[in-house]
Amino acid sequence: MTELVVNNLHVFRGERHVLRGVSLAVSAGCCLQVTGVNGAGKTTLLRSLCGFIETESAELFWRGRHCAFDDLEYHAELGYLGHEAPLKGDLNAAENLRFAVGLRRKVASAEISTALAEVGAAAFADRPVRRLSAGQRRRVAFAQLKLAGSRLWLLDEPTTNLDVAGQQMVAGLLTRHLAAGGLVIAATHQALQLETGLLARLELGVTS
Amino acid sequence: MITAALLVLQRDLLLALRRPILVIQPLAFFAVVTALFPLGYTPELGKLRAIAPGVLWVGALLASLLALESLFREDAEDGTLEQFALSGQPFAMLLAAKTLAHWLLTGLPLTLMAPWLGIALGVPLSAMPGILASLALGTWTLSLLGAVGAGLTLGLRRGGVLLSLLTLPLAVPVIVFGARATELAIAGESLMGPLYLQAALAVLGMTLAPLAAAAAVRIGLE
Repeated sequence: MTELVVNNLHVFRGERHVLRGVSLAVSAGCCLQVTGVNGAGKTTLLRSLCGFIETESAELFWRGRHCAFDDLEYHAELGYLGHEAPLKGDLNAAENLRFAVGLRRKVASAEISTALAEVGAAAFADRPVRRLSAGQRRRVAFAQLKLAGSRLWLLDEPTTNLDVAGQQMVAGLLTRHLAAGGLVIAATHQALQLETGLLARLELGVTS
Repeated sequence: MITAALLVLQRDLLLALRRPILVIQPLAFFAVVTALFPLGYTPELGKLRAIAPGVLWVGALLASLLALESLFREDAEDGTLEQFALSGQPFAMLLAAKTLAHWLLTGLPLTLMAPWLGIALGVPLSAMPGILASLALGTWTLSLLGAVGAGLTLGLRRGGVLLSLLTLPLAVPVIVFGARATELAIAGESLMGPLYLQAALAVLGMTLAPLAAAAAVRIGLE
């Protein structure tokens, strides 16, 4: 079933017409990979889907309901992971997760340690995040995304800074998320190592 | 919704605990500014007592401005505010919780410190309850006003001076009634009149400021 439909999305940044009528539809259990040259508007597309950027004449249907990009119920089912891992440097990984996930739902500390182990972050879970490498922070951010239990994941360059094992870990997470009926929109040039049946592609910056 | 707001509050207090220097700085600034007056003006207690309300209020105002810039900046830079906006919780509510944490970490300590500085300025002990009450209300209103200013200057790389220029004119009523209440407290008269007005300002701030701050921060997120 098609759960996310966006029609005719236009975004202006000052005088520049960045997105010119993007339309997309994503079904449950599918991943949409957004590609395009640098500056084609991949990040802009993801951020406007989050409601951070003002859009023009766009229509959004989430699970059959027409809603705005800043709709609270839509947001409650949306997980966004941008370039930076949204973590506080002075807190350790487990504390970060407790506060960030706690905003969305009740979370037990056992769940947090399981999620951290799943992304391979158990070994450094009690260190302040500011002492972690960019790749390690990325792993913690994925644990946060997974724990939040959102249905729709919007990922901006999900595999940056990750080693080979990390990229496989992300592929595993995505596969399980899709298998559970989740949706993913990922802006990346790298191959996502998913089974082809689950993957659709959208290339920005070309007129069709 | 309340749980989420309490969680934000708890998180900010924990973060402050990890880096106490940020809490201590405004307090030290307040103490130094106040201590400069006996040196720069006159050590005569009678004269100091006369200017004490102004000194305490301007000192507290500047000290709380000092801490204001960091209210949203770090959370904006590391993407935490974006996650707040997406959490499915009312954004204004979460920002109000952050503002409350900010007051607990700056306004409240400044208020508690004021009587000690007051003693140095020759303020009689009988005036201390009045000073505490009026500063507590006043600094809370300042934190709320500051949250709007901090939201508006979020998109700027260095918003410190602009933030002060935006917030200070709005703080005029707070300082007028606050200093008046302090003056009455020192003179040993009833300060309920200006105190009620201060409370009214605080309530007005509580109803409007979080909404305005949320709208301002959203623009800053773009």
